[in-house]
Amino acid sequence: MLKLIDKILDSIQALGNASLGRLQALGRAGVFLLSSLMWGGPGSAGFGDLVKQIYSIGVRSLSIIIVAGFFVGMVLGLQGYTILSDFGSEAALGTMVSLTLLRELGPVVTALLFAGRAGSALTAEIGLMKATEQISAMEMMGVDPLKRIITPRLWAGFISMPILALLFSLVGIWGGAYVGINMLGVDEGAYWGNMQASVEFYDDIIKGLIKSLVFGLVVTWIAVYQGFDSIPTSEGISKATTQTVVVASLAVLGLDFVLTAIMLGSI
Amino acid sequence: MRTRLMELAVGAFIVMGIIGLIVMALRVSGLSATDAGDKYTIKAYFENLGGLTERAKVSMSGVTIGRVTKVYLDTEDYVAVVEMEINKSMSTLTLDTSAAILTAGLLGEKYIGLTVGAEDEYLADGDVIEDTQSALVLEELIGQFLFSKAEE
Repeated sequence: MLKLIDKILDSIQALGNASLGRLQALGRAGVFLLSSLMWGGPGSAGFGDLVKQIYSIGVRSLSIIIVAGFFVGMVLGLQGYTILSDFGSEAALGTMVSLTLLRELGPVVTALLFAGRAGSALTAEIGLMKATEQISAMEMMGVDPLKRIITPRLWAGFISMPILALLFSLVGIWGGAYVGINMLGVDEGAYWGNMQASVEFYDDIIKGLIKSLVFGLVVTWIAVYQGFDSIPTSEGISKATTQTVVVASLAVLGLDFVLTAIMLGSI
Repeated sequence: MRTRLMELAVGAFIVMGIIGLIVMALRVSGLSATDAGDKYTIKAYFENLGGLTERAKVSMSGVTIGRVTKVYLDTEDYVAVVEMEINKSMSTLTLDTSAAILTAGLLGEKYIGLTVGAEDEYLADGDVIEDTQSALVLEELIGQFLFSKAEE
C-alpha cells in the first residue's frame, strides 16, 4: 500500500518537475527575446552583420521558396479547377488560388520551409559557437553575445520572412495561372478579372503580411533560443536542431489559427 | 569583393520584395493609383438590398463606373440607404437616372446598375436618385407565384 502511494507521489513529482522545467525554459526564452531586442534597431550591431544575416537567412532561402511556391500554385490550379468545374464556375479559379495563397498557404508554408531551411541552420550555428566556446570567449572580452550574435539574426528573420512569403504567393498565383490558363483552358480575363474583383489590398495582402511578420519573429526566436540554450555537445546540438524544427512548425500552425480567428473577427 | 556581392544580393532581395508588393497591389488586388480624389458621391434609397454590400460595383451598361461606399438603414423611413462614389469622368448622369440592384450571373455578387434618363440637368455631389428598383428576392417571387396560382 505504502509502495503504491510512493509510486503515485513519484509520478506527480515527475509531472511537477517537467512543468517547472518547461515554465523555466519559457521564461528564459522570454527574457532572452526581450534583452536581445532591447539593443534596439536592426542596425544596432552594425549594418554589415545584418546584411550578412539577411543574405544567409533570406537570399539563400529564395530558391526553395520560389520553387515550392510555383508547385503549390500549380497544384492549387489543378485541384481548384477539378472542384470548381463540378459547379460550372471555373471562372472563380483565380479568386480561389489567390485568396488561398495570400491568406493561408503563403505565410504558413513559407514559415514551415523557413523553419526547416534557415531555422535549423541558425540553431546548429549558434549551438556550435557555444560548443566551441566562442560565446564564452565573447563574454570574457566584454562583448555581449546577445547584441553581437542574436540581435542581427532576429532582425534578419523579421525582415526576410514577409518578403519571402510575398514572393511565394506571387509565384504561386502565376503557377496557378499557368496551369489554369495554358493547360486547362480557363479564360485569362476571367482568371485575373475575378481575382482583382475579390482580393482586397488591406484585408488580404496586408493581413497576410502581418501573419508572416509574426511567424518570422517566432520562428527566428525559437531557432536562436534553441541554439543558445542547447547543451554544448554534438548530441545536444542535434537535439536542439530537431527541437527547433518541431517547435517552430507547431508554433506556426497554432499561431496561424489564433491569428486567422482574430483577423476574421469571429472570436 | 565578397561583401559587395553579398550586399548587392541583399539589396536585390529587398527591392524584389518591394516590387512584389507593388505587383501584388496592382495586378492581384486591382488597386489603382488613380483611385483617390476624382470622385463624387450620390445616394439612393431602396426597399430591399438583397445582399448588396459595401465595395460592390456600380455599373452602367456593364461598365464599372464606381463603387458602393456605405450601406445603412434610414431609421425614420425604414428604408436602406446606399451611398456610392462615381468617377468624375462620368459626371453626366441625368437627374432622372434610375438605379437597380442586379445580380451577376445566377449565383454571383450583387451590383448596382444605373440607366440614364432624358433630363437636361445632371446629378451633383450628394444628390439622391429617385427612381430605384430593389433587389429581386427569390422567396418573395416564389410567394407571389404561389399566391397568384392559388387565386386561379
